[in-house]
Amino acid sequence: MKTLINLKINGREYEVAVEPTKTLVDLLRYDLGLTGTKKGCGTGECGSCTVIFNGKPVNSCLVLAIQARGAEILTIEGLKPAQGLHPIQQAFVDKGAVQCGFCTPGMILSASSLLKKNPNPSEPEIRKALSGNLCRCTGYQKIVEAVQSVGKDDERR
Amino acid sequence: MTSYSVVNSRAPRLDAPDKTTGSAVYIDDITLPGMLFGAVLHSPLAHARILNIDTSRAKKLPGVKCVVTSDDAGLVKYGVSPARYDEVLFCYDKVRYVGDEVAAVAAIDLETATEALSLIKVDYEELPAVLTLEDAVAEGAPLVHEEYARNIGAEVHHEFGDVEAALAECDLVLTDTFRNKRQDGAFIEPQGCIAEYDPKGNLTLRSSTQSPHYVQRTIAMVLGVPIGKVRVIKPYVGGGFGPKVAANSMEMAACLMSMKTGKPVKMGFTREEVFLYGRARHQFVHTLTTGVKKDGTLMALKNECYLEGGAYSSFGIATIYYAGSLLGGPYRLKNMKYDGYRVCTNKPACGAQRGHGGVIARAAWEQQLDRIAEEIGMDPVELRLKNMMEAGDVSCNELKMNSLGMRECIEAVRDGSGWKEKKGRLPKGKGIGMACGFFVSGAGFPIYRSETYHATVSIRVSEDGGTVHVYTASAEIGQGSDTAFAMIAAETIGIPLDSVSISSGDTEFGVDLGAYSSRQTLMTGHATKEAAMDVRRQILGVMARELKVDISELDLKDGLVVFKHGRVDYSHVRARYIKEHRGWQGLARGHDPLTFQEAARIAYLARGTIIGKGKYKPGDLGGTHKGAAVGTSPAYGCSAQVVEVNVDMETGKITVEKMTDAHDCGFAINRTSVEGQMQGSLSMGLGEALFEEVKFDEKGRILNSNLAEYKIATSLDMPNVTPIIVESHEPYGPFGAKEVGEGAIMPTIPAILNAVYDATGVRFQELPLTPERVFMALRSKERKTQQSTGEH
Repeated sequence: MKTLINLKINGREYEVAVEPTKTLVDLLRYDLGLTGTKKGCGTGECGSCTVIFNGKPVNSCLVLAIQARGAEILTIEGLKPAQGLHPIQQAFVDKGAVQCGFCTPGMILSASSLLKKNPNPSEPEIRKALSGNLCRCTGYQKIVEAVQSVGKDDERR
Repeated sequence: MTSYSVVNSRAPRLDAPDKTTGSAVYIDDITLPGMLFGAVLHSPLAHARILNIDTSRAKKLPGVKCVVTSDDAGLVKYGVSPARYDEVLFCYDKVRYVGDEVAAVAAIDLETATEALSLIKVDYEELPAVLTLEDAVAEGAPLVHEEYARNIGAEVHHEFGDVEAALAECDLVLTDTFRNKRQDGAFIEPQGCIAEYDPKGNLTLRSSTQSPHYVQRTIAMVLGVPIGKVRVIKPYVGGGFGPKVAANSMEMAACLMSMKTGKPVKMGFTREEVFLYGRARHQFVHTLTTGVKKDGTLMALKNECYLEGGAYSSFGIATIYYAGSLLGGPYRLKNMKYDGYRVCTNKPACGAQRGHGGVIARAAWEQQLDRIAEEIGMDPVELRLKNMMEAGDVSCNELKMNSLGMRECIEAVRDGSGWKEKKGRLPKGKGIGMACGFFVSGAGFPIYRSETYHATVSIRVSEDGGTVHVYTASAEIGQGSDTAFAMIAAETIGIPLDSVSISSGDTEFGVDLGAYSSRQTLMTGHATKEAAMDVRRQILGVMARELKVDISELDLKDGLVVFKHGRVDYSHVRARYIKEHRGWQGLARGHDPLTFQEAARIAYLARGTIIGKGKYKPGDLGGTHKGAAVGTSPAYGCSAQVVEVNVDMETGKITVEKMTDAHDCGFAINRTSVEGQMQGSLSMGLGEALFEEVKFDEKGRILNSNLAEYKIATSLDMPNVTPIIVESHEPYGPFGAKEVGEGAIMPTIPAILNAVYDATGVRFQELPLTPERVFMALRSKERKTQQSTGEH
């Protein structure tokens, strides 16, 4: 039995019918075509499905779609401005923080959440904030450098 | 000193904008109209005879479109090396590990497919299983494959020089037995694929593969489809590291079911299935005996290795050779003996993983070299400097080092880490260690015996001039190969990087053996360079005729035509171009320099579409002994590392605090990407040294088939690395480039082991160095110290 829910994703209102077992990541990816949110494990271990849920980063594979009723969700697609890249996205490009790219959307959203709370994080604070996002390619260093480099006075972040 | 405009820079990756915005398309992001969803039925038992498979209930489930078993798939044997084809698509006589594939289903959605799996009834007669090396080779042990006596699927015996005679002359001979644990690739994107069979008989497979070429061949062979009708396309891939090189059973099952239903079939591994499929690093047990003179001269090495390989050979036939042939170097060693045995067990098959076959041998030996240095009272850095190979040296097993910046690497990490101030002077619980390594820049020979080119590349110049498009079947899997080839093309032609676009990972674009053995920069890079030279020659040839000058007077640089000796009148060429573009803004006019865009357009008008072709295969390599092919390469990367650790003497927890790494990549096409490969390799090595182990219960079931209990390095585990790029200018590499992607992992584990010894005084001969293992070893050492002081 499906349930009709309303939610806001990247500033747009959606009305969708969801099965009680459907997870938020599957709703985003397979029903709404927002495939920028990646699915690496489905059990909350890798962090690649991170989205911002009512202002907080969550593993969207651990959230049931039905729990997102009335929620405001930001995915990687919503971070990008109409022109160019978001400053964190640009920093990832400039610093070589991207390799295979599968962890990248989740990493960037975790970083954006950190920078909203703490505009001037130390390296250990960045490492802690990203510790739920696994990356097998980069050794994390260039990701940390990218987050550190994001303009401290950049209003858009 | 040559000055470059594009290569050797820190150009941002071409794919980074798409990857940071979520618009990069990976396999699971693709949906095709009318597609079905497939799932695989795995064996729940480690070893059992199949008595009967009843699919009738599954077939009747509404929504199920196709159920296939070995009856449908046939019994064509396949594998990685033709010398050891020992797999079939679906098991028919027996299952050989928990996870072995028995059947597959395609249905209208994944839920229906999964439910149908539960309706397939398989009657098994359970057989005794062998789960460890020791049990597998025991007298009378059950056989995984009837044809492999004592479960030994492959063995290798090599001797170079006279090891026993050399050992007799040594002042010190040490023997150690070292073992690791089986690893998982732990790439963040699980394998997936979509097969699409059309009414004309064309089979298109999109797959998260590291080698479209090998997958294309395997599918054509196993399913009997003409190879010209099989196209394999690789979308963006979320990491591979080895296990995604060979064709997997899921890819073939999807193809078979698409052929049966006429619909596209999508399949994907769950994270648990990634572990079940395995094909990552073997377990190795190396017994190494090394002899030296008291001045530190390395004399002889005896290497006996048992590899626990799981149920099928997969890449193992190469792994077993690599575990022998990648020792010796990067040191001058005249005498080396190797005896390798790859053993089958009732566990998932092991295959290739970053540093294929050489990583554990390297860990064992570099730790033993540290032990030797201590025994003869020599600094470990000095021992290595004394014995290292140099450019021009040939190893005893006939690997030729045409370039080798080993000295530069060792000195760079020694000086860059403060080795001299720290070694032997750190407080208890803190330690510093170093190690070296080397690796192939591409396997010298394809996996199947062939005279095939290893890479072909074509470059098409857009007909209206200005931009070029590179086509290659190589596999961008995250390492940055697309960007490297675009940079090579831009530099060679003489145009800016943003005038180059690239399409890769598609068998329609030619032959490329793919992303493995750290091969693409050198091999595909060569082919790219040759194709770019061809483009350049064609365009400049037309220009020379048009301008009535000798072609040697002309050059292309930064998107402009350069006249080497004074001005040439090109006004008529410009006039033709302008005439074709009336009303266009921003055209070069008057005395503005002549552009590549104008030249390329004029060349098209003269000759039609300009297409440059390039190809590469290595020249003659290696010796004549059996197995000499494995380990040969046109070039070898090398590296040295210094690692600093802190060991909590109470809990046994190791923290790696600092890593200094120098890698000779010949020439960095992209400096940021080279550093990224170094840092990523070290991160994987750190995980393997400290945490990673695929664990099994007594029935052969994996206990930790998830990324919570199978631990890889997180951002809190991995320290900052000081990456030092050494450039030895390899004569056989494009622009002097050779490998970095796999070789960089080589020194990491032994450097950590040596640092842990420096911190604790304990040598570990078994990985991983979990707090529990370290704690037990520290307690045991403490007890021994107390006993010996008690006796005195």
